[in-house]
Amino acid sequence: MSDWKSLEVFGLAKEDKQAWLLDELNRLTLHHQASCQPYANLLAGQGQQAGVAESLDAVPLVAARLFKMLRLSSTQPEDVFKTLTSSGTTSQVKSQIVLDRDTAALQSKVLVSLLSSFTGKARRPMLIIDHDGLTSNREGFSARGAGVQGLSFFGRDHTYALNADMTPNWQAIDDFIAKYSSEPVLIFGFTFMVWQHFIQPLKASGRIDQLSQALMFHSGGWKKLQDRAVSNDTFKTTVRQVLGKDVAIHNFYGMVEQIGSVFVECEQGHLHAPSYADVIIRDQETLEVKKIGKSGLIQVLSFIPKSYPGHSILTEDLGRLLGEDDCPCGRKGRYFEVLGRLPKTEVRGCSDVF
Amino acid sequence: MTNTDRLVATFASSLNIEASQVVDGLEYNTIPQWDSVAHMVLVAALEKEFDVMLDMDDIIEMSSVGIAKEILTKHDVVF
Repeated sequence: MSDWKSLEVFGLAKEDKQAWLLDELNRLTLHHQASCQPYANLLAGQGQQAGVAESLDAVPLVAARLFKMLRLSSTQPEDVFKTLTSSGTTSQVKSQIVLDRDTAALQSKVLVSLLSSFTGKARRPMLIIDHDGLTSNREGFSARGAGVQGLSFFGRDHTYALNADMTPNWQAIDDFIAKYSSEPVLIFGFTFMVWQHFIQPLKASGRIDQLSQALMFHSGGWKKLQDRAVSNDTFKTTVRQVLGKDVAIHNFYGMVEQIGSVFVECEQGHLHAPSYADVIIRDQETLEVKKIGKSGLIQVLSFIPKSYPGHSILTEDLGRLLGEDDCPCGRKGRYFEVLGRLPKTEVRGCSDVF
Repeated sequence: MTNTDRLVATFASSLNIEASQVVDGLEYNTIPQWDSVAHMVLVAALEKEFDVMLDMDDIIEMSSVGIAKEILTKHDVVF
């Protein structure tokens, strides 16, 4: 099987992808069965035989909430390099994701390969819509900290736009604008924070059209914006009104359970599965696989997780499969949209809570 | 000061470690002081010290002191 690096990021059509990814996932299932007892028990309990899935939708899945209930690790304690936690609110139990060096390195490498297909290889001056206290605890990052840290590889002269109390750090923002207003820059933040703590204050203070060559990545859930009746279209229109009309804006969908393989929004507004990952939509009651056009629970597949059994996860998010291999943007693979969180689960905003 | 001295000094001050620890075989993520956060501090410091601009592949590949030298050599720094 070819190495992931030789794959074009969005270049694998259905048959080729199935061949490559299925082989990787079957190998991971076997590895985790041998290395993680609770996972092996889970497979046995489901009557599943590891490593023999004949199609992507037959790969055994683990419910995301299981990572909150159990510390699922396929890593020897002495090889644990970092433990990531979902931020969660105080009333919630946090997910724990155990990383070894290889898995952590692979996460960074895959993320770079994926996002640089949008940004190019040059690192841009980067404005982070957050405060700089996020990544100060080295032992373990919150999901938000890990997100900021992962994305910081794409930037240089990293500038944090907010103070710890989420007010704009005007000094930092104005300095950044003064230095880079006519250059391609990168802006990253969590969706709600970009909207509430950056775009709104910029607009209110009359700082308009100051970063017209920006590319913005944002992530982290729409719930709080839906509550304010802000759609993705409204979000993009407003961001362009404020920053500049040609600003490129890419939402992406990803989770702490599968860092590295994210699903990035294309120019058409569709979230795309890269060659290294995939998405399956399942009926929320029966878990039956849904066809294109239908909505249901989102299952995510990724070849990255080796240190914990997270290569096939059933999320608590609802989505709709929009198509496969035929998006007008030209990218191969499945594309979909996220509709929100499954209503009866506890609200698990991974990053838009603070 | 030779370029090797400058490299060692930059590593030592960015990662907050002793200069004697900065040997070609020292690898990223093998000591707590050289994690992903420190890596970005290091990259910025190397860019400033040697007046180069490293691209994304450079900083991802830069997984040891030895490889950092190779990458800087590519950017016309002579060791």
